[in-house]
Amino acid sequence: MLRKIRIGLSVVLFVLITFFFLDFAEILPPQFHVLTKIQFIPALLALEIGIIIALIAFTLLFGRVYCSSICPLGIYQDFVNWFSKKTQKKKRFQYLHPLTLLRWSIVAITLIAFLAGFNFLVGLLDPYSAYGRISVHIFKPAYLAGNNLLESIFTRFDNHTFYRMSIYVLSISSLIIALITVATVSVLAWINGRIYCNSICPVGTVLGFLSKYSLFKIRIDESTCNSCGSCGRKCKASCIDTKLHKIDYSRCINCFDCIEVCSQDSISFSYSIANKTSNKTVDTSKRRFMMAVGVTTLAAGKLIADKNLNLLETANKAERKLPISPPGSLSHKNLLNKCTSCHLCVSKCPSGVIKPSFLEYGIAGMMQPMLYFDKGFCNYDCTICSEVCPTGAISHIDKNTKHQTQTGQVQFILENCIVYTDETHCGACSEHCPTQAVSMVPYKNGLTIPHTDISICVGCGGCEFICPAKPYKAIYVEGIDKHEKLTIVKEEKDESVVVDDFGF
Amino acid sequence: MDRRNFLKAIALAGVAITVKQSGAMTLMSQKFNAPAPGKDVDLVAVMGGEPVAMFRKGITEIGGMGKFVKKGQKVVIKPNIGWDKVPELAGNTNPELIGEIVRQCIKAGAKEVVVFDHTCDDWRKCYKNSGIEDAVRDAGGKMVPAHEESYYTEVDLPKGISLKKTKIHQAILDSDVWINVPVLKNHGGAKMSISMKNHMGIVWDRGYFHKNDLQQCIADICTLNKPAVLNVVDSYRMMKTNGPRGKSEADVVLAKALFLSQDIVAVDTAATNFFNQMREMPLNSVTHISKAEELKIGTMNLESLNIKRIKL
Repeated sequence: MLRKIRIGLSVVLFVLITFFFLDFAEILPPQFHVLTKIQFIPALLALEIGIIIALIAFTLLFGRVYCSSICPLGIYQDFVNWFSKKTQKKKRFQYLHPLTLLRWSIVAITLIAFLAGFNFLVGLLDPYSAYGRISVHIFKPAYLAGNNLLESIFTRFDNHTFYRMSIYVLSISSLIIALITVATVSVLAWINGRIYCNSICPVGTVLGFLSKYSLFKIRIDESTCNSCGSCGRKCKASCIDTKLHKIDYSRCINCFDCIEVCSQDSISFSYSIANKTSNKTVDTSKRRFMMAVGVTTLAAGKLIADKNLNLLETANKAERKLPISPPGSLSHKNLLNKCTSCHLCVSKCPSGVIKPSFLEYGIAGMMQPMLYFDKGFCNYDCTICSEVCPTGAISHIDKNTKHQTQTGQVQFILENCIVYTDETHCGACSEHCPTQAVSMVPYKNGLTIPHTDISICVGCGGCEFICPAKPYKAIYVEGIDKHEKLTIVKEEKDESVVVDDFGF
Repeated sequence: MDRRNFLKAIALAGVAITVKQSGAMTLMSQKFNAPAPGKDVDLVAVMGGEPVAMFRKGITEIGGMGKFVKKGQKVVIKPNIGWDKVPELAGNTNPELIGEIVRQCIKAGAKEVVVFDHTCDDWRKCYKNSGIEDAVRDAGGKMVPAHEESYYTEVDLPKGISLKKTKIHQAILDSDVWINVPVLKNHGGAKMSISMKNHMGIVWDRGYFHKNDLQQCIADICTLNKPAVLNVVDSYRMMKTNGPRGKSEADVVLAKALFLSQDIVAVDTAATNFFNQMREMPLNSVTHISKAEELKIGTMNLESLNIKRIKL
């Protein structure tokens, strides 16, 4: 029964969260972002106290429920494991010794790196974010291809329910990282179940530590157990030592498979009563943890990124010196400290203007979102990225706040402008400017030329996207490391205009 | 600027001056050119009503929808849905007007009525927030997407000067007739955005226009051998300043006007003259109109036309 509930819950959550990442057509309303906000690392970074307490309380009550039913990467491994069992009927697990030192070293390194401002590791290892990247960079192209196939079929019958979506690689580095992650996790899961969760994943380690003290646990009743060992063979966490009738609770992910398989009904999920055979593992793990902290403190210094990456400055070439962080991210610093690069914003942006960075923010900020204007520009009234961000890296802003937020500043290069070089009308930049930070002013021969006012520029990139000048754009947006607040002068409507004639 | 362009500019300036004078003439002689009875009306201008009422009046005066749309035809209606804006901001064609046109096409026997625009903002937001998607659906028409290059097919424009070929949306090419329904707006680059400028929403590569003499390209695209069967210029709400996108309602004037004509040059000339009353916009500054006249797409000489002016 418990197993069925676990499977039901995890499948529902997994399907929803995956679909939320893939869903370009906005079939799921943005409120479904709650699925991402209940994830452990995002909740920690967003300082969602309620969610953190709930997750910890749940773990202290029932063990690693998060790992079994909420974490999408964990559930993904269950799927892989399930497929592996379909192909190898005789697949069996066996008890493995814990890799405590490795587990805690990873936690320690990640933590120290995080405290030192090098958030890349947190993002890389956070299972939710890793799964997010897999969804965005690997599953989504496949989903779009499927959509395009359906579109071509339906359109043939004059049905326009589906529409075409272009498929392209957003970022080679992020794609490679997603591919390596999915390959590693899948291979490990195929061979050995939840080994990734119990040797590498820092969330698994921390929650595993907590679940040692959980109230409800899987318990083996030694008086009825016939030592058949089938629970151990079934345990995808490899945490049941059938010979000693011991379970390593730091690795048990509460899948309840053992309960189902036990022919003697000797295994139960129950409240612990006395019988606290406190073994030494607690102490050794603590000791090792402290040791690992010490060792890695020294190592971490080297890892801290330095983001002084000055790009070559070519005359006339519109090239950003600083990246543009999404509206709501407040500053590069805030983004660096809070973003785990789950790429939900990248996937949800309807205009396709957010892509994972490479080294624009420095190594520490690799894969974090930045605006680029090759495929579109940031919609003036859209705040979807800020709505869905689970970590608070992009804080929730409303439309009015967005209108008053400067994410970048417009730069005009006269020498590249069509009006200057060809002496013909253009004005595409001003046409796209929502605030008229780019306006057309009289030039010569009745022509008008762009005039910029950075004090009212929101940095949406409309001008840069549409500028037809080649090979170098005549207008672009320069990033700023801290977003500015703009003051908007409200214009009064001129009611004096009365039209009562045709004028011809 | 090379010599040829310079000479062209001089020539155009000359044309424009002449045009301005004739514009003044039409204004003065307006009382005298009431349409001759029995003769077809070339241009209808309606003022002072709601979008639907003005269209009903206008279409009746110009001969009824049945004159343009025949039974069993595939019709495309091409509004301006360029921006993610609500109707009050006048960035897009009025949705009530589009709904009414769709209904009338269906009433005239159209087999299907398709509506699209190659938008500037995210197309899904534009279709929805403009109110046009809902209006079209309620009226029995169909919105089709236009956000991907694969929806467009290359077409030659042998009469074009700067624009010799371009990719046009398949819906236009597949249709039997299409109706061009722009909204009257000020435009930072092209000066005015009316019927001719609205063609930039049926093409894929607008960047080419901006790169290669925008005004000439706008005229060139109108040489397409499948011109709109009717141009309906919505000026119910009119964007006077900061066009084509606009900043706020302060840019919008409730002008309550509508212009209909088969002659795209004439209707844009008339609409520019109308606009000129609210904000100075001499015809000679909107050079794509005179360039189109040079290409013999239509006439700027409103005097030569049978114009019907109606105030509701």
